[in-house]
Amino acid sequence: MKNNIFIIAKKEYKAYFLSPIAYVYLITFLVIVNWLFFRSFFLVGQADMRQFFGMMPWIFLFFVPAVAMSKWSEERKLGTLELLFTLPIRDIDIIIAKFLAGVGLIATALILTFPIAITVALVGNPDWGPIIGGYLGLLLLGGAYLSIGLMISSLTENQIIAFILGVFLCFIILIIGTPMVIGGTSNFITNILQYAGFTPHFDSISRGVVDSSDIVYYFSVMGLFLYINERILKGIARR
Amino acid sequence: MIHVEHLHKSFGSVHAVDDVSFEVSRGEVVGLLGPNGAGKTTTMRVITGYLSANEGLVSVDGVPVSEDGMETRQKIGYLPENSPLYLDMEVYEFLSYIARLRNVSAKKINRRIIEMIEICGLKSVIGRQAGKLSKGYRQRVGLAAAMIHKPPILILDEPTSGLDPNQIYEIRELIKNIGQERTVILSTHIMQEVEATCSRALIINSGKLVAHGTIDELLNRSGAHINYTVSIKATRRQIEERVTLLNNVNFGEWLTDELSEHQRLTLRCSDRTNHSEEIFNWAVKNAFILTELTHETTSLESVFRELTQN
Ligand SMILES: Nc1ncnc2c1ncn2[C@@H]1O[C@H](COP(=O)(O)OP(=O)(O)OP(=O)(O)O)[C@@H](O)[C@H]1O
Ligand SMILES: [Mg+2]
Repeated sequence: MKNNIFIIAKKEYKAYFLSPIAYVYLITFLVIVNWLFFRSFFLVGQADMRQFFGMMPWIFLFFVPAVAMSKWSEERKLGTLELLFTLPIRDIDIIIAKFLAGVGLIATALILTFPIAITVALVGNPDWGPIIGGYLGLLLLGGAYLSIGLMISSLTENQIIAFILGVFLCFIILIIGTPMVIGGTSNFITNILQYAGFTPHFDSISRGVVDSSDIVYYFSVMGLFLYINERILKGIARR
Repeated sequence: MIHVEHLHKSFGSVHAVDDVSFEVSRGEVVGLLGPNGAGKTTTMRVITGYLSANEGLVSVDGVPVSEDGMETRQKIGYLPENSPLYLDMEVYEFLSYIARLRNVSAKKINRRIIEMIEICGLKSVIGRQAGKLSKGYRQRVGLAAAMIHKPPILILDEPTSGLDPNQIYEIRELIKNIGQERTVILSTHIMQEVEATCSRALIINSGKLVAHGTIDELLNRSGAHINYTVSIKATRRQIEERVTLLNNVNFGEWLTDELSEHQRLTLRCSDRTNHSEEIFNWAVKNAFILTELTHETTSLESVFRELTQN
């Protein structure tokens, strides 16, 4: 069973690199990230990565749904969903495997940004807490985006639709907890929105404060959307 | 081995499969016949556990099929309609992937793939990308993937669609061979396929099972007959006088002009044995010069048409 997850995850991860898509994603991602970062880095001349972690949720907003968009929609379009779901493997294992493959690609992208951290370290003397926290936060946020993107991808045979809806839903959850949306007030509703949104949790982790409640939050989001994904794949995706 | 009881599956208001029951035992090759939209694919999808039934019971070896039925899934090799494949994988890679997920032990995978290359004629494409194969070769790769774990049960949705005549012949031989020890259900629109490979046929139409039985049973129950077309150098009167002397063979109709000295006519007989010899001897005995004698069997095809025309 564990073995099956590993076999599928490996195949799915490799599948990114079988077509030029993964390279296009990664290169585009790195060019944009580096350009945005170094542009202000040299302007401001501050040796930390606050800037970087501030913009990454927005860049991931496009990068991660792109990683997820084809994962189920292609299977539906090609009919391989039928092949996959008649193998002696539990549905949930297949879903976890695809999720892990996507996390693998996100992690690859994050590792490829390490030169930025190294540059910062060479130039100045940064505080490592927020940097490690920031990367952890990004991996968790990426996983949460991914679970949303995968869920949306299972709803359609069209990748482009999956991408757009994925970006949209991630965007909504990203902004609901921010002051822009909830204003300065604090009441029952705004508290819920604040807890439900990605941003407050990400902000606290990327300050270097790794609180277990934030981690529980991200795992709950991933669990929830992967569960919905499973329901969709059992039901309407096969009709 | 496969037991289907009062199976019902609908999509919204469409009753794709409506109260279908049948039984397939070990070592049988059963053909699932029906026009487009009859419910063949849907029936197969329920047996493989891809779709769940609305009502009814499906069991494989006594174990009910369910969406999480790993046990029944492992026993079944399935070729879905149009043989879906991962188009960017190479054929070898694809087969080895499926084999691993089908619990073929690592030691045996290579041997099984080599066997499949042999059986399904994949030698020339084994290193190619699945997406670049012709339809027929995709079909063969799908078939190889379905058989890679030596399943006791094979479910093949239109296995010969898209194949050239040589491949069709090979695949049918293959199915016959497999069918000697294993259970096969295949769907098709092609009657010759059923005659060539299946011991039994199930005919479904608009989701309902309209007939089932061995090929001979199906042919007999529909009042099948054989038509002979004969040309004789004689006048109508001469032939009319003698035609009643034939046993089991009756006059059908004239095909030529009344006054012609060279008559062409049809004769029909209601049993399914060949009466050509008898007709020939009859002609000789009556000094008729026979210039044509052909026969045409009511085929399964017309049985099919009869049963499935609404
Ligand atoms: N996913 C689906 N959603 C809605 N209706 C469906 C679905 N799948 C099948 N149907 C309907 O169920 C009926 C049976 O379809 P099915 O695919 O089982 O037919 P079939 O016998 O395999 O036909 P064919 O010979 O064309 O392959 C059809 O009326 C079809 O439109
Ligand atoms: Mg079909």
